[in-house]
Amino acid sequence: MGETTTETLKRTPLYDLHEECGAKLVPFAGYEMPVQFPDGVMEEHNWTRAHAGLFDVSHMGPCFLTLEDGIGGGDEAHAKIAAMIEELVPSDITSLKQGQARLTVLLNEEGGILDDLIITRPIGDDAQGSLYIVVNGAMKEQDWAIFEEKLAGRAVLTRADDRILFALQGPEAADVMKDFFPGCEDLKFMHHMPFELNGTRCIVSRCGYTGEDGFEVLVKPEAGLPLVREMLTDERVKPIGLGARDSLRLEAGLCLYGHDLDPATSPIEADLGWVIQKRRREAGDFPGAERILRERSEGPARKRVGIKPLERAPAREGTEIFIGDEKVGVITSGGFGPTVGHPVAMGYIASAHTEPGTEVQLMVRGKARPAVVADLPFVPHNYKR
Amino acid sequence: MTRYTQPTTFYTKDHEWVTVHNDLATVGITHYAENALGDIVFVELPEVGAEFAPGDDMAVVESVKAASDVYAPIHGKVVEVNPALGDKPETVNESPTEKGWFCVLEIKDGAEIAGLMDEAAYKAYCETL
Repeated sequence: MGETTTETLKRTPLYDLHEECGAKLVPFAGYEMPVQFPDGVMEEHNWTRAHAGLFDVSHMGPCFLTLEDGIGGGDEAHAKIAAMIEELVPSDITSLKQGQARLTVLLNEEGGILDDLIITRPIGDDAQGSLYIVVNGAMKEQDWAIFEEKLAGRAVLTRADDRILFALQGPEAADVMKDFFPGCEDLKFMHHMPFELNGTRCIVSRCGYTGEDGFEVLVKPEAGLPLVREMLTDERVKPIGLGARDSLRLEAGLCLYGHDLDPATSPIEADLGWVIQKRRREAGDFPGAERILRERSEGPARKRVGIKPLERAPAREGTEIFIGDEKVGVITSGGFGPTVGHPVAMGYIASAHTEPGTEVQLMVRGKARPAVVADLPFVPHNYKR
Repeated sequence: MTRYTQPTTFYTKDHEWVTVHNDLATVGITHYAENALGDIVFVELPEVGAEFAPGDDMAVVESVKAASDVYAPIHGKVVEVNPALGDKPETVNESPTEKGWFCVLEIKDGAEIAGLMDEAAYKAYCETL
């Protein structure tokens, strides 16, 4: 889980609150983060699927990328900043509507994935020369160095990782959120709105990484700390740690960078071809386009799939996948799915064997355990479209 | 060498309990261990007849988060494993020192028992952690 032990660990603005809530803290992405609270991973997972779970994701990399010649300028300014970021990612950022967000991937020249990230087009003609971007915590220094190098002299990067970024996820999240941010309940999945909270501007996005409906809020600590404290007094809300975040996203079939995605893996192999919209495919104007478009038309050698172990033994990351004597793949994320009540995993498997229902064997501690290739997600997404 | 004609429980630094009774030792993990592991979703038990030396990987417990090894506390041969853990691994969380036992070992060297901690020593040890 991206552990860092050699450097001094950073703390998010919610650190004291985690301690008050009885968190068990572990190193993650350079921060001391709660892996679980006293309820434990299973209960936290189930609570999020049934009610509303509050996750501190302030370790992640929220930032703003703004045109060197200013933030204003309407559609023309958006077109300019979007074209710049499109040099680095294969998604259509230009066509985003105001307030709309898109998941995309940062690519190297070989078409491998350097990170997955969410890019949002702001609301308001006075902000169109800017993009709101959230990258992974463990990758933010790399990503931001790439932005600054590739867009030097054209765009300015403003880090926002000194703020609180938290997620409220689950079927009751919208009901809780609307008392604090009236109107946010009407947002659609992957859209955002700015709000004023105690005189500071904050960003409320309808998104998340659990497969449930939910929101992410970027807010300055002075306004965010009292907000999170008050939210936690709501009986529908509990704090949730990284343990449940991992089991929730795994059941939802969502990739974890550094595990399911890495610099050798293309978006086609990762079954993320849908992040490349038609205009970009036709133009082929992104890093590694030759490989990515070839894999898209001819099929990749291997592909990310769901794997369902048929026995009770979980298959963890690194578990080899066999069909008979032939090694056909490897598990990249695996554990137990509390909602489905059985082990769940995902991994990469040779393209000939990716059909759901294909019988495979997982080598768990030297024993071959039966499993099948499964459709993702294991738990249907509950997004507000 | 002491022969334990009444069941007597000892502990290891790895948070296993060992209840010795005549030639047999029943082994499980302590409340401290199950609490640290969290919700247990799978237990891989040794096979009856398998022989272990102290420190050998004897069993595996899997929580939602991770897999952890359980080590053999003494030399022994497995004569029985807990059949209840196959379908109900959560028994280890609910009743770690009673219904959640892992296996019974036939003791090979009774002198090794002297190297384990008694309850008072184990309690003192846990307080140092």
